[in-house]
Amino acid sequence: MVDKGIGARVPRKEDLRFITGRGRYTDDINQPGQVYAVFVRSPHAHARIKRIDKGPALAMPGVLAVLDGQDVAADGLGNLICGWLVKSKDGSPMKMGKHPLLAQEKVRYVGDRVAVVVAETREQAKDAAEALVVEYEELPAVVDLAHAHDAPALVHDEIPNNLCYDWELGDKAAVDAAFAKAHHVTKMELVNNRLVPNAMEPRAAIGHYDPGQDAYTLYLTSQNPHVHRLVISAFIGIAPEHKLRVVAPDVGGGFGSKIFIYGEECVVLWASKKVGGRPVKWVAERSESFLTDAHGRDHVTTAELALDKDGNFLALRVNTKANLGGYMSTFSSCIPTYLYATLLAGQYKTPAIYCDVQAYYTNTAPVDAYRGAGRPEASFLLETLVDQAAIEMGMDPAEIRRKNFIPKTAFPYQTPVALVYDTGDYEACLDEALRLVDYAGFPARRAESERRGKLRGIGISCYIEACGIAPSAVVGSLGAGVGLWESAKVRFTHTGKVQVLTGTHTHGQGHETTFSQLVAEKLGVPYEDVEVIHGDTEKTPVGMGTYGSRSLAVGGEAIVKACDKIIAKGKKIAAHLLEASEADIEFKDGKFTVAGTDKSKTIGEVVFAAYVPHNYPPGLEPGMEEGAFFDPPNFTFPAGTYVCEVEVDPQTGEVDIVKFVAVDDFGNVVNPLIVEGQVHGGLVQGIGQALLEGVRYDEGGQLLTGSYMDYCMPRADDVPSFEVHTSRGTACTSNSLGVKGCGEAGAIGAPAAVINAIRNAIGVRVEMPATPERVWRAIQASPLAKAAE
Amino acid sequence: MYAFDYHRPTSLAEAAQLLAGNPEAKLLAGGQTYIPTLKQRLAKPSAVIDLGRIAELRGITEEAGGLTIGAMTRHAEVAGSPLVKRVIPALAALAEGIGDPQVRNRGTLGGSIANNDPAADYPAAVLGLGATVRTSKGRAIAADDFFTGMFETALEPDEIVTAVHFPKPEKAAYAKFPNPASRYAIVGVFLAKTAGGVRVAVTGAAPCVFRATALEQALAQSWSAASIDGVTIDASNLNSDIHAQADYRAHLIKVMAKRALAAAG
Ligand SMILES: Cc1cc2nc3c(=O)[nH]c(=O)nc-3n(C[C@H](O)[C@H](O)[C@H](O)COP(=O)(O)OP(=O)(O)OC[C@H]3O[C@@H](n4cnc5c(N)ncnc54)[C@H](O)[C@@H]3O)c2cc1C
Repeated sequence: MVDKGIGARVPRKEDLRFITGRGRYTDDINQPGQVYAVFVRSPHAHARIKRIDKGPALAMPGVLAVLDGQDVAADGLGNLICGWLVKSKDGSPMKMGKHPLLAQEKVRYVGDRVAVVVAETREQAKDAAEALVVEYEELPAVVDLAHAHDAPALVHDEIPNNLCYDWELGDKAAVDAAFAKAHHVTKMELVNNRLVPNAMEPRAAIGHYDPGQDAYTLYLTSQNPHVHRLVISAFIGIAPEHKLRVVAPDVGGGFGSKIFIYGEECVVLWASKKVGGRPVKWVAERSESFLTDAHGRDHVTTAELALDKDGNFLALRVNTKANLGGYMSTFSSCIPTYLYATLLAGQYKTPAIYCDVQAYYTNTAPVDAYRGAGRPEASFLLETLVDQAAIEMGMDPAEIRRKNFIPKTAFPYQTPVALVYDTGDYEACLDEALRLVDYAGFPARRAESERRGKLRGIGISCYIEACGIAPSAVVGSLGAGVGLWESAKVRFTHTGKVQVLTGTHTHGQGHETTFSQLVAEKLGVPYEDVEVIHGDTEKTPVGMGTYGSRSLAVGGEAIVKACDKIIAKGKKIAAHLLEASEADIEFKDGKFTVAGTDKSKTIGEVVFAAYVPHNYPPGLEPGMEEGAFFDPPNFTFPAGTYVCEVEVDPQTGEVDIVKFVAVDDFGNVVNPLIVEGQVHGGLVQGIGQALLEGVRYDEGGQLLTGSYMDYCMPRADDVPSFEVHTSRGTACTSNSLGVKGCGEAGAIGAPAAVINAIRNAIGVRVEMPATPERVWRAIQASPLAKAAE
Repeated sequence: MYAFDYHRPTSLAEAAQLLAGNPEAKLLAGGQTYIPTLKQRLAKPSAVIDLGRIAELRGITEEAGGLTIGAMTRHAEVAGSPLVKRVIPALAALAEGIGDPQVRNRGTLGGSIANNDPAADYPAAVLGLGATVRTSKGRAIAADDFFTGMFETALEPDEIVTAVHFPKPEKAAYAKFPNPASRYAIVGVFLAKTAGGVRVAVTGAAPCVFRATALEQALAQSWSAASIDGVTIDASNLNSDIHAQADYRAHLIKVMAKRALAAAG
């Protein structure tokens, strides 16, 4: 048994540098001759650019270049793309509006990039940006998603009704038939509120063109540097892929927002060549993050659930309008479709499901994946709908769920919405959560709260998600433009130390620790002897990055495969050294042993022989370095039950979360400490969505929640001390580790638990974010709460 | 930020002189409001005069039974002061509820009232206690005359707040319903029973801190929750914004008034 192997609660290796301020982020990197870029952004939600006069800006001190959309066009640079092709019901492809690096002809949201100014200092660049003359002809703006279809304004002139696609999934006829014979139908209109991702580190980039090498380097805040390299070379066309190095050093959080290929990062790379190869740095200000980081969620949905007289679910029908914002962001098309509607079965055996989704352009910031991406929207919808059905049917919310769960004997389970769940035991998680929260004792707690003038409520959410993204052939058949395998390289040095190169990227997830544990376990080397290297396209050969809770289930499995190859080669060497047959060599705890004997060689001795092959198997390559790719056969399906208990102050509408129990099935767990931390973070974001966060634009498309004074991020005192349990795992069958994914679960499952608890407390459902004012107004309208007062 | 000259005088006289000779100059106290303003390029001062090194503007003393607090006294100092906790505990509690630790360790009393943010807490205490604002021009401005409108005060452009004198109330308390995002007040009610009668100051709810005279009259008649219940708050002059509509704010004024009443005893 190795110390700090799989299952150990090892504190994170990376924490020392992060909490002592020694992380190295993009903005910490400064290069000789570096100059600064500032973007001139649209103050209008929708306008035609009539004229840009660069003269006054160019005349300002220190200015090296002023570039706009015409310069982008003149250099023949390609547009930003959405890499996933979704087709409408009629088979027609989605309508992708042109998304240039710098606006051409029109601006489509407040904050849209109009021009870039490059100057010797940041202040000079800002001064010159103010001096740039841009004349606009303002156009009416489409801001309201619900009315985007009939809006007088068109975000992209060539796209009628602002409709990007009208997509569907499921068997409509079967659903209609089931509704026709239903005993009861529960119907609900709901909004999934729009969120700003708010990574702690704002986006940043340094572009550097080296005229000597005719090669480019881009430092940036990325969750997937190789994907940046691919898109910037293949689609934008700034540099060929072999002449472009992309480095994502320490990155302070992403939550999805740093997956995407944005204009700014491309522009600084291009601009470096324009200023003679001086490195060009851009660091977003927080207000730019609010305006331009791709936002998340933003759905308007009608959902209906058909039930028989016993509360069995017969069918589910969902119509969703999804907001794309002014342009399609990199993965925006698949979020409200394949990452959303495919999850609408939830944990239930609902036999028939139909969902259609209309995705609209509006004059707002682009919307794309944000922690959970599609799955929080699905889970929130389903779990609030099921709760409503329980109320309408006079059933206990836990019992209606239990009754409809896919039984643990039914796996693998084919849902009516494309996915095949491999394993799960939903009832075990529910039972455990109810036990931990003391469900039976709730009425007494409610009575006690009532004596203090408070309304107490309890809410359940049984979420499921699909992560470990993704089986390439499956996503390819659904329109993905890339494969979603992962790669790894495991390299021993002469002295027996290990370097692990991974194509995933860690920006808060703790890969340096988890992957070291994994390798320590597999190769029997000390945890301290393993170094994880990532984030640089010139170090790791290739990779698809980190998102969709994929790093361990896909990237970790690639590391395991590379370790297997190391062991296989090691056996050959050990057999030679021990004068035994290869078939008789066993590997365990870092030792190659001849079966049934005490003759052995340590892995260190074997590695040394590989690099100093004086006595070596003939014909075998020297060296000990192996690479592997892993393409998962299926998604992984983490699931669990969250139970939230709230106390509402009927006088102010304030909601206090007094208990929160999370029981998650993440399969096998490598590091429980890190997994619990990931759940904590996810829960906080989910609670943030439920209670505090919500983007507001005014009618003209100005962002009203553009700073922390108006956009409420959860703080430590807004959330309770969580009870998180991950011991009820059913091992995943799609990777040898049996792991699922844990990065997004909290954000996926929490909102419904909170909203259901509030409804249980006050008798009516409140839209998210359930601000004190909304809750107070709901209480005014609620007979149940009135009676309690 | 735009470029500006930076001065760090060590006496009030020097600061006053710098300010008088430089109409485009601005004072800097804790910088919690002014530094973000500069960073967003919303202000273009010719010079910034930092009051941080002027010892005479700082400190808390007992005077005429009440408290005199220097303009440069940080919120954290007021919150943690045994003297304030003894003489006017409501003031220490109010200061403790401002922003977060960073803000409380930088932000100052003088900066807060000179800025007169409609949602700031201190204006409610100054008005609720009937305090007096002292200035570099030797003026002693009564609270009732000091807060003149949204971000507006009776200060002249070249006048510096030096201290505030708070008379000791018989009873006082402050209750705040914070904006969850900024933690400024959506509604804050400062209630005091003073030698001059009952005073109720409301912040956060309207464009400027104001006295809720209907509540004052009711509480003067009877210092009880029932008196507050009997009052109707006119919502027509209250703010409606993305954080709260006027009717909700009107409702919260009564709820906070009752909480302050309970805390005041
Ligand atoms: C995140 C955050 C949260 C906050 N939360 C709260 C809250 O909950 N409640 C609350 O009440 N406040 C809050 N504040 C405000 C803060 O507490 C300060 O009171 C406020 O920023 C002003 O004080 P300051 O000392 O920082 O003044 P500065 O920002 O330095 O100055 C503000 C203005 O006052 C002028 N000025 C400063 N001192 C004087 C003086 N002596 N004479 C004349 N003019 C002067 C300056 O020229 C400037 O115009 C918050 C601030 C932040 C950044």
